[in-house]
Amino acid sequence: MRPSDIAEPEHFHKVVDCQYACPAHTPVPQYIRLIAQQRYSEAYLLNWESNVFPGVLGRTCDRPCEPACRRGRVEEEPVAICRLKRVAADFKEDIKAQLPTIPEQKNGKRVALIGAGPAALTVARDLAPLGYQLDIYDAQPKGGGFMRSQIPSFRLPAAVLDEEVGYILDMGPTTHFNHYVDSLKSIVDKGYDAVFVGSGAPRGRDLPNLPGRQEADSDIHIGIDWLANVAFEHTKAIGEKVIVLGGGNTAMDCCRTALRLGGTDVKVIVRSPFDEMKASAWEKEDAIHEDIPIIDNHVPSEFVLESGKLVGMRFDKVEAQYDDNGKRSLVPTGEQVFYPCDQVLVAIGQENAFPWIERDIGIEFDKWECPVVDATSFQSTLPQVFFGGDAAFGPKNVITAVAHGHQAAISIDLFCQGESVLQRPAPRTNLISQKMNIHDWTYDNGVASDLRYVVPLADKQQALADRRLEVELGFDVATAYQEAERCLNCDVQTVFDAANCIECDACADVCPTSCINFTADGDEDDLRGRLNAPSTNRDQVLYIADGLKTGRIMAKDENVCLHCGLCAERCPTGAWDMQQFNYQVTKSAELLAVPLVQIQESVG
Amino acid sequence: MSYAKSTFRHPALQPNALGYSKRDYEGGLSTLCAGCGHDSVGAAIVQACFEANIEPHKVAKISGIGCSSKTPAYFLGKSHGFNSVHGRMPSVATGANMANRDMIYLGVSGDGDSASIGFGQFAHVNRRNLNMLYMVENNGCYGLTKGQDSATTDVGSASKKGVANPFTAIDLCATALEMGATFVARSFSGDKEQLVPLIKAALRHPGFAFIDVLSPCVTFNNTATSTKSYDYVREHAAATGAIDVIPMKEEITTDYQPGHNHEVTLHDGSVVHLYKGDVELDVTSRDSAQAAIRRHQSEGSVLTGLLYMDPQSRDFHQMVNSIKGPLRDLGESALCPGQTALDAINASFR
Ligand SMILES: Cc1cc2nc3c(=O)[nH]c(=O)nc-3n(C[C@H](O)[C@H](O)[C@H](O)COP(=O)(O)OP(=O)(O)OC[C@H]3O[C@@H](n4cnc5c(N)ncnc54)[C@H](O)[C@@H]3O)c2cc1C
Ligand SMILES: Cc1ncc(C[n+]2csc(CCOP(=O)(O)OP(=O)(O)O)c2C)c(N)n1
Ligand code: SF4
Ligand code: SF4
Ligand code: SF4
Ligand SMILES: [Mg+2]
Repeated sequence: MRPSDIAEPEHFHKVVDCQYACPAHTPVPQYIRLIAQQRYSEAYLLNWESNVFPGVLGRTCDRPCEPACRRGRVEEEPVAICRLKRVAADFKEDIKAQLPTIPEQKNGKRVALIGAGPAALTVARDLAPLGYQLDIYDAQPKGGGFMRSQIPSFRLPAAVLDEEVGYILDMGPTTHFNHYVDSLKSIVDKGYDAVFVGSGAPRGRDLPNLPGRQEADSDIHIGIDWLANVAFEHTKAIGEKVIVLGGGNTAMDCCRTALRLGGTDVKVIVRSPFDEMKASAWEKEDAIHEDIPIIDNHVPSEFVLESGKLVGMRFDKVEAQYDDNGKRSLVPTGEQVFYPCDQVLVAIGQENAFPWIERDIGIEFDKWECPVVDATSFQSTLPQVFFGGDAAFGPKNVITAVAHGHQAAISIDLFCQGESVLQRPAPRTNLISQKMNIHDWTYDNGVASDLRYVVPLADKQQALADRRLEVELGFDVATAYQEAERCLNCDVQTVFDAANCIECDACADVCPTSCINFTADGDEDDLRGRLNAPSTNRDQVLYIADGLKTGRIMAKDENVCLHCGLCAERCPTGAWDMQQFNYQVTKSAELLAVPLVQIQESVG
Repeated sequence: MSYAKSTFRHPALQPNALGYSKRDYEGGLSTLCAGCGHDSVGAAIVQACFEANIEPHKVAKISGIGCSSKTPAYFLGKSHGFNSVHGRMPSVATGANMANRDMIYLGVSGDGDSASIGFGQFAHVNRRNLNMLYMVENNGCYGLTKGQDSATTDVGSASKKGVANPFTAIDLCATALEMGATFVARSFSGDKEQLVPLIKAALRHPGFAFIDVLSPCVTFNNTATSTKSYDYVREHAAATGAIDVIPMKEEITTDYQPGHNHEVTLHDGSVVHLYKGDVELDVTSRDSAQAAIRRHQSEGSVLTGLLYMDPQSRDFHQMVNSIKGPLRDLGESALCPGQTALDAINASFR
């Protein structure tokens, strides 16, 4: 195999599973170490630089990092990465002084941001320190987008959101709240140097053709509209018997909110089998914890009315069947079921809708009525208009919106400086030896055998009585430390120098997880078939080095390396070293020279 | 400095036929110098016992004094162990074996422990064909006492101290052959492909199995002037490659192709020849083994692999017709047969 090019940024980045999986590439293990050292403010700032909303995300993130976490490959459960992020937010000190300063002297470029959700706010945060003049337009009375209108307060307290949205609004953009933009042309005509569209995916799907839909309209609500009405206090109550249709996270938020607004008999009814519901496992758990039944394999067939009033819904029971390609079809069993209800919340998905964008101003739309957007630069076919967040490629989540925002900000900056938006800045990386002494490392290299710690919850009765009471209480400092110790420090890389290796096998012998091999060269399939331990996870690279005296190669399967440093401790010649790999997504081009926030992980 | 190894192991590694995981054969984290050959020998023992489906509690590890004799602390942590006096491992092993012939005896020693202070004991345990595996982790020096030349140091070899050794070296394989061992092999700590199957075969051999494992002392004797350094052994090793033909209950295989010649070009351009398969060796003949050892010695290479094996081996118990089972299984009446039996014995001397 070709020897690994460890200077290539993505080589070691892939080893840091959580960071690699995070759309914004948050340096997770670095902040987890800071938390273990009780340096919460620095942990917070490190997060803030990457993901802009650590307090929000520490409570609500979709956490793609956790299924990716290496710990989950050697033990049952991953590190509670998301909840540790919240610890940083909960225990930090006042960090305002460390936030970037905004130049008095503006750079003369004006940018309009449509929407004040996470995507647009990220663009604002990345551009404001460069002296851009920003105008933010949002139909809502306050900033935050769906984070404010959709995510219920019992998952995300308003104070947390206000604080983090506030950091950005304090950077001085001009805000135009309660301002629905009904024409993109009118904005473009204002002569902005660039326009960012971060208007989300605001349309909830309906069941327009289901019998009874029109007649029962007053008792049927579109989930996301209803949640927004609850958030802005236009809706304060709901009927006692509530059916929530759908199996995604919106359905979970709807049913739990309904329970807090007076529903006594709230159930979720979903077409697909329970295991295939779109909702995250933990969101389902939370609903079940609140005793909400989830009835699966039921396809709605009719809204049933009596004397003009909704009294229930009828469903066809189905069974999931799979063809040879694993494609699912829901086959009716012939059985029909009736469930009584007073009101129905329809939470069966969202889609993009751009009624306010004229189709003749140069923005191309595809056959699904979505704008054509470049996946790297986020530029539309009208060069000065950029898209990001749910508006760009359909509904995703907050962290994806943030990641889009960073990239769009880079593009906008490049565009406004007259440079090509295709010249993307490389990530900033470096490798720093963690050796302090012959066998001492700057990081806690021992691998704790603890199981994942559980986040305590508020008393159920109290929580259900107050829709604003946060259900999750967060880790205390002591538990946070123990959970932080579960992290395997995947960013502390095993770096090999073949020139120093005497092939004594000490590293291969000591390695607890049999990662290291000295063997004859071969192609990847051949090698993977004959390493010391089964090597089947192809998402993880083989680290290959040649130049050994015997002509063999060193082949390390990165898959379940524990980063315990024993290989480097047992190496007599220092051919192995543990080096911390720093990988930071470069933010708007000019920030290359001046990092948004300066954080040094100190030694010891 | 780490004092413990993580308890996590590769999740896809399967247990052996007895249901034991490899971890069940491991021991404490080594305190030897980083890179010591002895640690690789320990890893090979772990691998061999795991693969050979040996029950850890059926093994007794017995050793003398030295870095090598310390190594039983770092493997087979669930087995029995006796760290005895310098050079006296054979007597302790003999006693234990006499008391309980059902155990698997694994003696671990060093070149100092066996070829200097314990040379007499070494000779006699060979003669008795005690059923055990006797391994010497041979680094050509007294590692534990800071690297003095040992009795296996070759003439002219110089350790870190820099002074060439003037005395004739003892070849422990030749000695074992001379003294009556019924399984004799030599290997290298850096060659597990050879060493692991040899250990597996030796553990099954009924009688005295001896393996001399060249195991470099990275701290005191891994110099360019030493004949027991990693580089020297690699460059001068010649393997018999005979391991594949051992007539055993279970087939034991290595990755070597007998009779196949290997050429490895080193970074400095020199070429190392590895002769896999010595056509002139008959592994069932002591004379042939002795001749092969001597021939390679005179050619400046070290012959490794299986050198000799006696398929008709009869161990000490068989030779002296001792009791068939462990003494601990004897009931009270057998252990204290009473006055009548004593009188009969006394009468036989009259
Ligand atoms: C019920 C629910 C729960 C969710 N829970 C989570 C969660 O726990 N974790 C998570 O990561 N994600 C969650 N999401 C998804 C997440 O909220 C979105 O993916 C994310 O907010 C998208 O960010 P955005 O910046 O693209 O747009 P949005 O957050 O949708 O913001 C768009 C903003 O643009 C404004 N706007 C739209 N059109 C116009 C216009 N023409 N003129 C002026 N203003 C306009 C809107 O008022 C809105 O404020 C949830 C979504 C829903 C529906
Ligand atoms: C009776 C006695 N004499 C001398 C010593 C000192 N001593 C300890 S280890 C050792 C030599 C060990 O050499 P070797 O068996 O080759 O082991 P190594 O450390 O090289 O593995 C000596 C002489 C001792 N411990 N006991
Ligand atoms: S163990 Fe730590 S560094 Fe590794 S993937 Fe999990 S959280 Fe990230
Ligand atoms: S750090 Fe080294 S010894 Fe530890 S698991 Fe990784 S490769 Fe193995
Ligand atoms: S002194 Fe030599 S033999 Fe002893 S542990 Fe160190 S390297 Fe091994
Ligand atoms: Mg020695």
